[in-house]
Amino acid sequence: MTIELFVFYVLAAVTVASAVMVISARNPVHSVLFLILSFFSSAGLFILIGAEFLAMILVVVYVGAVAVLFMFVVMMLDINFVRLREGFMQYLPVGVLVGVILLAELVLVGGTWALHDGTVAASDAAAVEPVVSNTEAIGNLLYTDYFYLFQAAGLILLVAIIGAITLTLRHRPTVRRQDIGRQIARRRSETLELRKIRPGSGL
Amino acid sequence: MTIALSHYLTLAAVVFTTGVFGIFLNRKNVIVILMSIELILLAVNINFVAFSAYLNDLAGQVFAMFILTVAAGEAAIGLAIVVVYFRNRGSIEVDDINLMRG
Repeated sequence: MTIELFVFYVLAAVTVASAVMVISARNPVHSVLFLILSFFSSAGLFILIGAEFLAMILVVVYVGAVAVLFMFVVMMLDINFVRLREGFMQYLPVGVLVGVILLAELVLVGGTWALHDGTVAASDAAAVEPVVSNTEAIGNLLYTDYFYLFQAAGLILLVAIIGAITLTLRHRPTVRRQDIGRQIARRRSETLELRKIRPGSGL
Repeated sequence: MTIALSHYLTLAAVVFTTGVFGIFLNRKNVIVILMSIELILLAVNINFVAFSAYLNDLAGQVFAMFILTVAAGEAAIGLAIVVVYFRNRGSIEVDDINLMRG
């Protein structure tokens, strides 16, 4: 057993174990933490296979953004998590059945997969240049062949930003907000009134 | 013996099944369902990267990046919907979400 295979098995075991803990942990905060662990060890697997850039992106995007987002929502909402777990055992048998069948099928397909010798040579649509690093190779590809798709990905993120903000933004009637347009449009005659007051008498 | 492609495919299959199983298991908790979807997308990413490495073709890794983009957007929108729903109904049980059933 080479050291490479050993590292693979350790990382894969951590990934699978934490994935199982994600779905079975009682506390959703623990679920989020195990999700982070799962993504972290998959990033290790990506490094092992030679996709360093994607591994770093995985850590930055998932651990840095998505997991924190999940953590915020889990901690912000006041949810009775015990009630949410009712019926956990009720769905277990059908879940196990579907899961076992799906896993058996996928392992039968994936485990017996072998690449034909001609396949690697034939799929040179975006062949890896051996001299440059992984990041440089992806950059060369992403900003040339996949440039429009790259822009489209940016548009998707923009739509996601706008959607998330419009969904969660709300104006409470009890909260006073600054309305700059109204402030600027104010005239002196609307706000100021000059009166003559005689000495000795009130207004 | 070095790492074969089937190692990665089997690992991705196990993670994918865990995600599907999680959707079945936590039928009531939307947040854990969203996390299960993230697991499923991670399994798909593992498959893409493994094929990309073994076929010596970088297109798979570029595609995996786009999947990451979509997954991040999906998580943001999904959690925003959960927050809005919780504000309106005070609960995030999936069984309660039947306002639009007609």
